Amino acid sequence: MERKIRVVVAKPGLDGHDRGAKIVARALRDAGMEVIYTGLHQTPEQIVETAIQEDADAVGISLLSGAHMTLVPRILDLLRENGADDVLVVLGGTIPDDDAEELKKQGVAAVFGPGAPTLEIVGFLAGAVPTS
Amino acid sequence: MLPLRTLAARPSKHAAYNRHVATTRPPAEDRQLLSTISGIENEPLYSPENVEIDYERDLGRPGEFPFTRGVYKSMYRGRLWTMRQFAGFGTAEETNERFRYLLDHGQTGLSTAFDMPTLMGYDSDHSRSLGEVGREGVAVDSLGDMQTLFDGIPLGEVSTSMTINGPAAMLLAFYACVGEEQGVPLSSMRGTVQTDILKEYIAQKEWIFPPEPSMRLVVDMIEWCAAEMPLMHPVSISGYHIREAGSTAAQELAFTLADGFAYVEACVARGLDVDSFAPRLSFFFNAHLDFFEEIAKYRAARRIWAARMRDRYGAKDPRSWLMRFHTQTAGVSLTAQQPEVNIVRTAIEALAAVLGGTQSLHTNSFDEALALPTENAVRLALRTQQVIAHETGVVNTTDPLGGSYYLEHLTDELEQQAYDYFERIEKLGGVVAAIEENFQQREIAEASFRYQAEVERGERLVVGVNAYEIEDEATLDILRIDPTLEQKQVERVRAVRKGRDAAAAEAAVRRLEADAASDANLMPALLDASRAHVTMGEMCDALRRVWGTWRETPVF
Repeated sequence: MERKIRVVVAKPGLDGHDRGAKIVARALRDAGMEVIYTGLHQTPEQIVETAIQEDADAVGISLLSGAHMTLVPRILDLLRENGADDVLVVLGGTIPDDDAEELKKQGVAAVFGPGAPTLEIVGFLAGAVPTS
Repeated sequence: MLPLRTLAARPSKHAAYNRHVATTRPPAEDRQLLSTISGIENEPLYSPENVEIDYERDLGRPGEFPFTRGVYKSMYRGRLWTMRQFAGFGTAEETNERFRYLLDHGQTGLSTAFDMPTLMGYDSDHSRSLGEVGREGVAVDSLGDMQTLFDGIPLGEVSTSMTINGPAAMLLAFYACVGEEQGVPLSSMRGTVQTDILKEYIAQKEWIFPPEPSMRLVVDMIEWCAAEMPLMHPVSISGYHIREAGSTAAQELAFTLADGFAYVEACVARGLDVDSFAPRLSFFFNAHLDFFEEIAKYRAARRIWAARMRDRYGAKDPRSWLMRFHTQTAGVSLTAQQPEVNIVRTAIEALAAVLGGTQSLHTNSFDEALALPTENAVRLALRTQQVIAHETGVVNTTDPLGGSYYLEHLTDELEQQAYDYFERIEKLGGVVAAIEENFQQREIAEASFRYQAEVERGERLVVGVNAYEIEDEATLDILRIDPTLEQKQVERVRAVRKGRDAAAAEAAVRRLEADAASDANLMPALLDASRAHVTMGEMCDALRRVWGTWRETPVF
């Protein structure tokens, strides 16, 4: 039986730019996914804890503060340490190309930059997460 | 409240014209929305038949009530707006260098961007600051950093704006102390501290304390500045961030003015005479892409503020009726795709701000959808303002679009929508109660999602994003923040703690806590603490111990 994809939409770091995270959260929900939005100012530890508790298939991280090279690797490490590296990690925000490449090498499944259509994000998750 | 202007529909040549235009649109273009970017429906044509203007009541002359046409009699013929580019990154040294660069290139005021840890009230060595120091602005932990930031810049001559809200009072204390050391009397220091905590809960989300003690801190600053630093603007009531969070123009207008009235009411409740502080309240708006809607927004804002200050709050000093504002072009309108096109967007937005009568202006740099701007990009943004000021002729006549049927209609429409929102907020129990119910946050999220959906359906075109795209775009050279700066700043704040008189610092912290628990004005205790080299994070921690912290219930 087909089940709903569960996604944690998370805002790590200190910045309050939540327009993108909220739009993506709503678009995923409208596409039939279960969405848990963490709210702002989350530490990597809090995000990973939420992902595990919620039994998430994917974590969508929105980051516009420039701290992505510190916070995203930390989230990936914590997922691995907690045996949750099957959780798909996708990233959105102002991430320069070289940084995006580096983070993909470290395990981020996809990076969506400014202007990415929500349909593209929905499509990516629907294709990447097994639902049966 | 101004009387509503609605006109009964009547059969006329004008109505027939509008019907004709509405029914003869080529089907190929039928998907494109013809409403404003905020969703206000537009008629094909405006004329005296669908706009009623009572000149004296609704417009008047610039510098006269209700100030629709501008706050000063001579406007830009008398003095151009202040060209004030927002800048800050790395440590105080890097930003000081950028400040001097901007002043050398003809900028006329300074505007400081602080990094995220500073904005959230954490010192650079706090665990939450890791990876964020100096990234989105300059790191300022202590009085020493503030001294470096303004080194060689005469604070008696240059006005400075500081975008800081949660820890605004601490940074104001640092700033005052730097002035003291430069030998500048407090009474001649000019500038603006943003301090607008209400829009943080609504939109920008950089808060520390719960709303009630936060409001007390704002009133403390207003009260203290009125007495000690009369040329400072202790609060800049900001719609910019509300708009950036995805609101409509009407929401930006309404929520910002409602916040302004909430501050006025809080000061009056403290026992301050409205005319003792209202002339120093200032505003900060966004300049988005819908050209006429933006100009109308500024005009409506002035008219509403003047009417309410005079008629509802009983302000008698005409300076209390004046809405003076800073404008920044819309960061949210910039695209990462074909970023050079952002130069054009910014120029159009800046022109709207000038035609709307702004007192100061920041133009965004074209690379800001990607990173903090490079020096070249910032210079080009400043040049954009200089072209508008010196080459286009728009400064020669005040409010040159005033009297345009369309513009006056939009001004009325936005004014009406703002009054409708004021009523809804009042019914919820006021601004703070509405925030606690997530009212403004939900309205903004709704508007933001609606706009995104319109773009994705192709009902609104964004050049380079969903129209006229190009493959294989060249990559742009962007500003990179040196990652070693964080460590340098961490060491600096630790050295401050080690090098100071420990007993004096401790006594200053204890006084701050005691004052926070009483109803004393906190500014004197904060000045004491600054002089004792207590860090910004330590001051915030002292208040956190007394007041607690804020956490929102997230909605989307």
